[in-house]
Amino acid sequence: MAERRIRVLVGKPGLDGHDRGAKIIARALRDAGFEVIYTGLHQTPEQIVSAAIQEDVDCVALSILSGAHNTLLPAVREIMKEKGASDIVLMAGGVIPEDDIPGLKAAGIAEVFTPGTSTETIVAWMRDNVTPHA
Amino acid sequence: MSLAERVLDGEIRAAARLMRDIDDRFKSAVDELKILYPHTGKAYIIGITGPPGAGKSTLVDQVVAAYRKKDLLVGVVAIDPTSPFSGGAILGDRIRMNRHADDPGVFIRSLATRGALGGLSRSTMDVLNVMDAMGLDVIVVETVGVGQDEVDIVSTAHTTVVVMVPGLGDDIQAIKAGILEIGDVFVVNKADRDGADRTARELTAMLEMKHPEAGDWMPHVIKTEAAKGLGIDELVDEFEAHHSYLKESGALQRLIQERNAKIFADTLREELFESVFSGIKESGKYQQILDGMRDRSTDPYSAVEEVMAARSFS
Ligand SMILES: Nc1nc2c(ncn2[C@@H]2O[C@H](COP(=O)(O)OP(=O)(O)O)[C@@H](O)[C@H]2O)c(=O)[nH]1
Ligand SMILES: [Mg+2]
Repeated sequence: MAERRIRVLVGKPGLDGHDRGAKIIARALRDAGFEVIYTGLHQTPEQIVSAAIQEDVDCVALSILSGAHNTLLPAVREIMKEKGASDIVLMAGGVIPEDDIPGLKAAGIAEVFTPGTSTETIVAWMRDNVTPHA
Repeated sequence: MSLAERVLDGEIRAAARLMRDIDDRFKSAVDELKILYPHTGKAYIIGITGPPGAGKSTLVDQVVAAYRKKDLLVGVVAIDPTSPFSGGAILGDRIRMNRHADDPGVFIRSLATRGALGGLSRSTMDVLNVMDAMGLDVIVVETVGVGQDEVDIVSTAHTTVVVMVPGLGDDIQAIKAGILEIGDVFVVNKADRDGADRTARELTAMLEMKHPEAGDWMPHVIKTEAAKGLGIDELVDEFEAHHSYLKESGALQRLIQERNAKIFADTLREELFESVFSGIKESGKYQQILDGMRDRSTDPYSAVEEVMAARSFS
């Protein structure tokens, strides 16, 4: 029987212009056998969710360095819900203060990785927590 | 409701999921495709090929914008290579097309080659059929662009576009003859760069040397600067001219015939192999054959003949 390959959208919402971290994650995920849809910089939450739906990804991984995580991430989650796509796992990484993490998790962000997390940890988390759509 | 019915109802998530099922080779996808098939055959399909970095994705983005201005619904299938080492892939063509992401009149899907050669993925034709059945008017396919063997696009698209850039070794002669055969439209992108006029001139001269028969389509060379959206209107006019030519000359009917024949042959080949191979594996015959080949008591040719003789085809 055919087997699902996990698809992940990696992107960077907001205004800051560094995509180094996002690219490193994208490569690590590819090397772990995932199909990564890399959408690059400066997307709105609407664009991210539409792309995630069209690409039928199992997970959206966002990199945020701009400090706008408390608005951007819940906004993405909210639009996912509106569009009937809350089965897509949303996770984030970047410069995010520990104190903000519980609030983000309460808003439906499955996991938040802070700087210094190894790509192995992130890949392992994906394997454990992202199951492909039936 | 089945996925196919939901697709026909205009449900985006259903279409996206069906494309996934197709790509992951779920048996159920075949049944869905059967339902969709009568609703296909309406979309105009443009294939874009050319070396990596030539600006294909940037061009696709501009072409999408141009067709949206005409109020047409547009689909994009963008193909990137699967890593032979991990089986994973980075599909990055969307980076250039993000502005269309939340336009409900545009549907973009990235596909990984998953081992297929020829510039497309195995699922491309079926994914195009889903987009066609969704009612998209124009679908643009961006091939991998490894520069070799990108021939599958010709049997997939109505109009095949070959994108080049100035100064490819400054020697158009070096361009594989094959590339001249496959293009209906040629683009010299990055026209802002030195040598664009020369590349376009040389390319035109080479195309003229092919001496098309009277009434045949004569491919033109269009210069574009995709990054700035220059030359796009001319390019889209050329697409339309080719599309009209196909319809008026009868070439479209021939193209469709060839395409149908190819789809049927591909499907037959795949299904036959699947069914015969799994049959002999289950019966133990496969192991017998391998054993026989090991001690040289049988050879692969006789073994296949024997397997085929045990089945009847009409
Ligand atoms: N100078 C110049 N660069 C361009 C032009 N069109 C695209 N590019 C750049 O070429 C690079 C590759 O473009 P992309 O569309 O990804 O190429 P692809 O690999 O063929 O899909 C990008 O950095 C584009 O911004 C152009 O007309 N002029
Ligand atoms: Mg590209």
